[in-house]
Amino acid sequence: MGMTMSQKILAHHAGLEQVSAGDLVLVSVDRVLGNDITSPVAIREYEKIGQAGVFDKDKVTMVMDHFAPNKDIKAAVQCKMCRDFCGKEEITHFYDVGRMGIEHALLPEKGLVIAGDVVIGADSHTCTYGALGAFSTGVGSTDMACGMATGKTWFKVPSAIKFVLRGKLNRYVSGKDVILHIIGKIGVDGALYKSMEFVGEGVSSLTVYDRLTIANMAIEAGAKNGIFEVDERTLEYIRERSDREPLIFTADEDAEYDEVIEIDLDEITPTVAFPHLPENTRTIDNVGEVMIDQVVIGSCTNGHYKDLAEAAEILRGRKIASWVRAIVIPATQDIYLRAMEDGLLKIFIEAGCVVSTPTCGPCLGGYMGILAAGERAVATTNRNFVGRMGDVKSEVYLASPAVAAASAIAGKIADPREIMKG
Amino acid sequence: MNFKGKAIKYGDNVDTDVIIPARYLNTIDIKELASHCMEDIDLEFRSKVEAGDIMIAGSNFGCGSSREHAPIAIKASGISLVIAKSFARIFYRNSINIGLAIIECPEAVDGISENDRVEADLDAGIITNLTTGASFKTKPFPEFIQKIINAGGLIESIKNGSIK
Repeated sequence: MGMTMSQKILAHHAGLEQVSAGDLVLVSVDRVLGNDITSPVAIREYEKIGQAGVFDKDKVTMVMDHFAPNKDIKAAVQCKMCRDFCGKEEITHFYDVGRMGIEHALLPEKGLVIAGDVVIGADSHTCTYGALGAFSTGVGSTDMACGMATGKTWFKVPSAIKFVLRGKLNRYVSGKDVILHIIGKIGVDGALYKSMEFVGEGVSSLTVYDRLTIANMAIEAGAKNGIFEVDERTLEYIRERSDREPLIFTADEDAEYDEVIEIDLDEITPTVAFPHLPENTRTIDNVGEVMIDQVVIGSCTNGHYKDLAEAAEILRGRKIASWVRAIVIPATQDIYLRAMEDGLLKIFIEAGCVVSTPTCGPCLGGYMGILAAGERAVATTNRNFVGRMGDVKSEVYLASPAVAAASAIAGKIADPREIMKG
Repeated sequence: MNFKGKAIKYGDNVDTDVIIPARYLNTIDIKELASHCMEDIDLEFRSKVEAGDIMIAGSNFGCGSSREHAPIAIKASGISLVIAKSFARIFYRNSINIGLAIIECPEAVDGISENDRVEADLDAGIITNLTTGASFKTKPFPEFIQKIINAGGLIESIKNGSIK
């Protein structure tokens, strides 16, 4: 019986000719990732194993991004615990303030993930790397600890939903609108335990950054992983960053899918997810009048250079509404530098935005833009659960960088196409 | 594996941000995590939970962040078992890995109300609502997961060589 892309990667890493949905397999991993929130728990568990040294110093990665630069004394203690561990274990890829970025933007940028890899990360958005044709998924801290010790992890082989993409996106519509549209359609548990596999001629019209955004939010539909077919754009992105040879897996003709969903990219319009679930989506013409207090442009979902450039195009020469606080967070140091060199930071600051160093910060209600009761934010982040960005009575509306920028100017949720008209 | 306690019930899509809000993730202290468990959806949880109680929930329980702090906080607050219609996959792994018993049983969720007395015998695969007398059948864990649970969690299973 045929295998899906995800199943082929898992079979390869398990040393098996064939796997089927539901099989339990032990696979070798190419990278084990943790951050400053999940790694301290993993380190505590790892030390219980009592092993002398991690399985591979080059394949364990820790990124201090959630509450770093340290937001308080307790966060400082957690980062120090990671720093000390990575020093002692001589971990090659430890990223601290000054070199770190938001993990799921940083790893692809540094060439640490390529097509054909299996990556586990103690962070739910580890599924991002499927954009590059890797099998990657979020796990917990104990899984991370065992991964660091053995270089292996267990999976139940997932079944899959196939998304066949056609056409291309219209102006001011991006990967974020695509994934919000899909989650609105299938629900927050619509792909529970499954792979979301993206194929079809429409894939090649999407930039790698749009694909990173789409794969990033596969978890918001409950998926185990999201993965794209590898094409020339993927290979070009990988070759600019890594010397390793990518392994390209395509699904068999007779691979079984639980469902096949066709998506016409031309028909997708700017989409917003209302509180308090990513599935509560409305197209921009159906949002009504929603006044806002804050805008956040950044996160592992939408903190790439392309995202900042799309926001800057709309903010250039305009001012944000007097009652709005707009916070822009480049996801990595390289993105920050390029945004500075290209004049994007100047556009943001002149429009009335503040620009932060890379951090997950407000996305998970850590710091750098916490909301009070009754306040509303439009954010390019990935979750709008109760209390996610602050008080339990605050609200988060998920949207693309273009919608977020347009909304900052209007002071309410707004259509970027309307702002650019006039 | 036998469990007995009163039911504390929640709805669908209970996410890890409400199980343990991120603002408390600057610590890995188990007692401190337990002291904030569920507070963003249920301020009463801490005062009503007693050792051995059984949490009942709808579909997609534990969705969202990969934070293992969520099952850790639930376990440390005294909950012995979580019965849900379905679990988010990372939460499911994490619970098994840290030794928090969890089981999917949609019929039991529909047949149990807040404060009902519940008994669960997971070896026999039977959940009983002692208040109403109704009982429900469950599926046993796959053998692979039983190995991990029998070893006392994933770390122990690596130490004793049942996973290599």
